[in-house]
Amino acid sequence: MKCCYILVIAMPFILLIGLLIKSSLLFGEKSLTELIFSSEWKPMSGKFGFLPFIISSLWVTFISIIIAAPICLLTAIYLTQYARRVVLKIMQPVIDILAGIPSVIYGVWGIIIIVPFVSKVAGWFNVHSSGYSILAGAVVLAVMIIPFILNILIEVYRTIPIELSEASLSLGATKWETIKKVLTRKAFPGIISSFGLGVSRAFGETIAVLMVVGNVVQIPSGIFQAGYPLPALIANNYGEMLSIPMYDSALMLAALILFIVVTIFNMGSRYIIIHYEKNI
Amino acid sequence: MNRQLLRKSEELFYKVLMIISTVIIIIALLAIIISILVKGMPSLSWSMITQTPKGGYYFGKEGGILNAIIGSLYLSGGATLLALAVSLPLALYMNVHKLKQKNVVNFIRFFLDLLWGVPSIVYGAFGFTLMVFLGLRTSLLAGILTVALFIIPIMVRSMDEVLKTVPKGLLESAFSLGSTRSETAFRVMLRQCIPGITTAILLAFGRAIGDAAAVLFTAGYTDYIPTSLSQPTATLPLSVFFQLSSPIPEVQNRAYASAVVLTVIVLIISIASRGFSMKYQKN
Repeated sequence: MKCCYILVIAMPFILLIGLLIKSSLLFGEKSLTELIFSSEWKPMSGKFGFLPFIISSLWVTFISIIIAAPICLLTAIYLTQYARRVVLKIMQPVIDILAGIPSVIYGVWGIIIIVPFVSKVAGWFNVHSSGYSILAGAVVLAVMIIPFILNILIEVYRTIPIELSEASLSLGATKWETIKKVLTRKAFPGIISSFGLGVSRAFGETIAVLMVVGNVVQIPSGIFQAGYPLPALIANNYGEMLSIPMYDSALMLAALILFIVVTIFNMGSRYIIIHYEKNI
Repeated sequence: MNRQLLRKSEELFYKVLMIISTVIIIIALLAIIISILVKGMPSLSWSMITQTPKGGYYFGKEGGILNAIIGSLYLSGGATLLALAVSLPLALYMNVHKLKQKNVVNFIRFFLDLLWGVPSIVYGAFGFTLMVFLGLRTSLLAGILTVALFIIPIMVRSMDEVLKTVPKGLLESAFSLGSTRSETAFRVMLRQCIPGITTAILLAFGRAIGDAAAVLFTAGYTDYIPTSLSQPTATLPLSVFFQLSSPIPEVQNRAYASAVVLTVIVLIISIASRGFSMKYQKN
């Protein structure tokens, strides 16, 4: 039992150290700022600029959270405050099943439905796009993180003491006013951290995004353009990386960046949640 | 009067928005399942799920994806067993031995949550490094190790959620009858929570079978059903992924059919785990 305990505590550090060692080869040659702020990606001639990948990752994550956040917030309020118990009973399996669908299935769905749709939407704006774009990646990602964020939000709204809303209602506020001015204000830290956890989930998602985002090394200038997020970079090049040590090292650096960004978002959100629970 | 109307209409407006977003979520789920079924069902045949790829399969000739189905079951089964060996003791340890030390338990929970958040591609990259370090080749074993690492936090946390709900009185009466902590853990707590723990195991199994990024580097891919741990193995998510990137329409259609197989397996697991957790709630 002690061993399992130690394994779990040590695991994040083992991950960190393992990835650091593997990417140290690249650090020996180039400075971190050079790697992150250069946009030239030519592994064969030893040029590793991560900027296009980082920007693509940020775009996809940002747009997906913009889409998912309002939907989750409104649904969570509806399910916990307005809807009858039956509705929640129906929605619970819907959320669970959405959460359990493998990412490759989301990817296939993206190719069947979202990509053609995005291509059509781009046409309305007079932009030519194959549909394999930042926007398609973000939409697929949004649907993937919705069950994740929604579960946390439902929990957050449920834990607010009923007395709070009773007091507000007895003072003559309408139900919506109570939700807007009392409950949501009380739940605010929980809401922010649920979005933070959503961001960290979105940032590291690989296969589904990889299948619809286009994978062109460029700094995307619009949402209808193809992008190339960090996880896709790692997944696409695993075969050839072994031949060139530097390339191997660069991909491990990409994994390291992912790990650090995701962990920072996770720790921040968990910290807020822990503080929030203490205050209730 | 006017103000009253404004208050009411604002509430109505937001209520409509809420219902719309709830409906969007339901539609998204239906759209995923229906589109996969519509695209995949026509190409799904009996031979697809009972045969391994024959020569020329990837050019649209005969064969099936049995290698990937069996490979996926081996891989997730192995990973789930391995993860269970770590998760069950740890979850019991947190809820029986360290019951009084809230700080320790919360500390472990925090680390588990961090590990749960780490993307599977990072586990994949790390697993690959570990594999090279240990001198292994892409194999069933390397895949099992990587996926087990990836599902341990999921499994422990879900078990933890179940064990947390056991009434303190049960533990105290077991202790007062003279049983040791470990006896209490394995004889009393475990028996009490079997349905909930089964749900946790199924959840982790579902995660393991659906994940592609962690096995991409480590499990390899082959047309044969693996007969030992040191052989590479095909997996369903990767077989969907690889077939879909083929330029040949027939192979692409088979990717959709493989997606149907994967979806059905995951749905069955999801329904089964729901059944177990409902049984638990009744108790």
